[in-house]
Amino acid sequence: MSARTFPGGIHPAYHKLTAGSPIRDLPPPAQVVIPLHQHTGAPCQPLVQKGDTVRKGQKIGDVEAVVAAPVHASLPGKVVAVEPRPHPAGRDVPAVVVEWDGSDATVDLEPHPDPHDLEPTRIAEIIREGGLVGLGGAAFPTAVKVRPPAGTVIDTYILNGAECEPFLTADHRLMVENPQSIVLGLRALMKAAGAPRAIVAIEDNKPDALEAMAAATRGMPGVSVEAVHTKYPQGSEKHLIKALLGREVPSGGLPFHVGVVVSNVGTAAAVGELFATGIPLVSRVVTVTGRVREPANLRVPIGTPFSVLVEAVGGFNGDPLKVIAGGPMMGVAQYSLEAPVVKGTSGLLVLGPEDRVPEPTSCVRCGRCVESCPMRLLPLYLEAYYRAGMIEQTEALHAMDCIECGCCGWVCPARRPLVQSIRLAKLEITARRRRAAS
Amino acid sequence: MKLVVSSSPHLVSPESVPVLMRQVVLALLPALVAAGYFFGPYALFLVVLSATTAVACEAAWQKATGRPVSVHDWSAVITGILLAYNLPPRAPWWLAVVGSAFAIIVAKQLFGGLGHNFINPALAGRAFLLASWPAAMTSWVTPFDARTTATPLPLLIPKGQELAGVAAPAYRDLFVGSVPGCLGETSALALLAGGLYLIWRRVIDWRIPACYLGTAAVLGWVLGGPRGLFRGDPLYHLLAGGLMLGAFFMATDWVTTPVTRRGRIVFAVGCGILTVLIRVYGGYPEGVSYSILLMNLATPLIDRYTVPRQFGAQARKPAASRGGR
Repeated sequence: MSARTFPGGIHPAYHKLTAGSPIRDLPPPAQVVIPLHQHTGAPCQPLVQKGDTVRKGQKIGDVEAVVAAPVHASLPGKVVAVEPRPHPAGRDVPAVVVEWDGSDATVDLEPHPDPHDLEPTRIAEIIREGGLVGLGGAAFPTAVKVRPPAGTVIDTYILNGAECEPFLTADHRLMVENPQSIVLGLRALMKAAGAPRAIVAIEDNKPDALEAMAAATRGMPGVSVEAVHTKYPQGSEKHLIKALLGREVPSGGLPFHVGVVVSNVGTAAAVGELFATGIPLVSRVVTVTGRVREPANLRVPIGTPFSVLVEAVGGFNGDPLKVIAGGPMMGVAQYSLEAPVVKGTSGLLVLGPEDRVPEPTSCVRCGRCVESCPMRLLPLYLEAYYRAGMIEQTEALHAMDCIECGCCGWVCPARRPLVQSIRLAKLEITARRRRAAS
Repeated sequence: MKLVVSSSPHLVSPESVPVLMRQVVLALLPALVAAGYFFGPYALFLVVLSATTAVACEAAWQKATGRPVSVHDWSAVITGILLAYNLPPRAPWWLAVVGSAFAIIVAKQLFGGLGHNFINPALAGRAFLLASWPAAMTSWVTPFDARTTATPLPLLIPKGQELAGVAAPAYRDLFVGSVPGCLGETSALALLAGGLYLIWRRVIDWRIPACYLGTAAVLGWVLGGPRGLFRGDPLYHLLAGGLMLGAFFMATDWVTTPVTRRGRIVFAVGCGILTVLIRVYGGYPEGVSYSILLMNLATPLIDRYTVPRQFGAQARKPAASRGGR
């Protein structure tokens, strides 16, 4: 039986080295660096200052904005600095640095084990206060996602367990080991969004996850578990919706425009923990993999520096070439191991010298980028126009619809920096639009 | 510790340009074997000479103009082989040299090298040779015994005139390639084997040969008969002349053909129409190379008018959300 999928995409080598490695708790590090901006939206303002003592789960940053999520102390201890620090996104961001006091002092927690008894707005409020954002990478505030504009009808909630990025297995292990949290989270999310139906979508290369989720959701009205074809980027929310429901999210639109909300299974697990125990988002599972001695799935406090993760898996295996926050297709290359795990960090991937991308040669117009583009764009022309300074042409060819999945760059036999050019074109288009508006 | 920072994606497919080009060379080998078998060692010598000339010219030109030498990408080898495949089996050796040099220097390097030429270099070389030395380019020989003869293709001309003394060859001979013709074009069997390999390895888009051959067969049947419409012989049109070579190896050249799916179909159908029109109504007996060259010229235009609708384009946002921005 062929599983559901979408046109386009690629089949890279999956390298799921840690698919069978149980999640292991990382002992708390001496210090955590908690950036005040870990989500899509407005950055938080600090609620603590240097010298303060904080407990685990204490809110240490928040902002009065619709699209935002507060941040919490992931370890109890003393605030030793509130200052700009390296952030995995690539620049310094204000952060609260907490020195662990060796205790387990936690704020008073208020569990809500049965979210079904709560009003949707109350659920969204709890989710917001819990600091929940999408844990798949984009880090969009979950409370905003589950409460789309008035008048929008959500008919389907999709839980994204595709995990199509090569190397990453954090979601896979969560589904196998902790399906109960995911299910509790899903119930809260469905209630908040008013969705009568939910689909848990998992790539068909994870039969154990499919089985675990099917068992955990058995008997839940309106919830089904579906296998989707193993193909990158199956986990792109637009393409998951296309594969499962046949609906295309309109250009420039969001899933709620077609009556759908999509959340990562990791997000649902964190929501589940929040409702079961009251603990806000202070830790997450990170796959530390690639050229390290003992690749592993680690549950780590938010704010753990990458250097601690590398140490925890026995160090580098040979000389590292790149250290990537996320997967190889969409992850961000790091310039410093001081950057910490943030809410959106799904993996830490180390590549070696043999993984160096060769120098680009001339485009041979083979059309592989066109064939593979899941957004049906023409990457070779977007790049050529961008390099020629013809920004209007890149806009006319829908550069803004690019999801930066990296399929074109992966298939390009001439190793053209297609995604980089398109990304720069998008920045330029955005800047011009802003200038035109002002 | 020094870390490399660059844009995603951080890994690339193992299929680089040289890897893919080598697949094309591999796919051209069955036709080379057929050429050696039917037309003897001199045919093989022409192919080797032509390929060597192409590589040497590319390297020399790039050295002389101070550009990085890129012959390791194997594209010049392909151009050299394809040019030789378009020569008569007993063509003088210098035709291969001149044609190859023209293809590489004039048609390819003068326009900027691989990826920038707007017409197929091998076909440009062939057109140049045909215009300059028409007699040498149309001196055909029979397979095995190399007697001077005519190609089977003029038999397609439906003007009623029979070519004295030349009987139409059997389909079987046309299929395996034991007929007169250019040295690499006669064996449909060998070309099909190579072409299907390239489709299987996804080096070329199946749409181009499928639409090209399909259009030529249908139109050959409609227009190709000696007495009225719908009396032509589609199988003969498919197997004779350079159609197989053109459809699998020339019309599929990445650089000079459209990149969009619809564009490739338009391109291939256009090639099929022009081929049959030239064969049936034109002054030349064979129309494959000129039809592909003409369609090469239309490639930028075709790409421009066949831009696919992007994901989410046809859908409209519900009214509720439209005021948001």
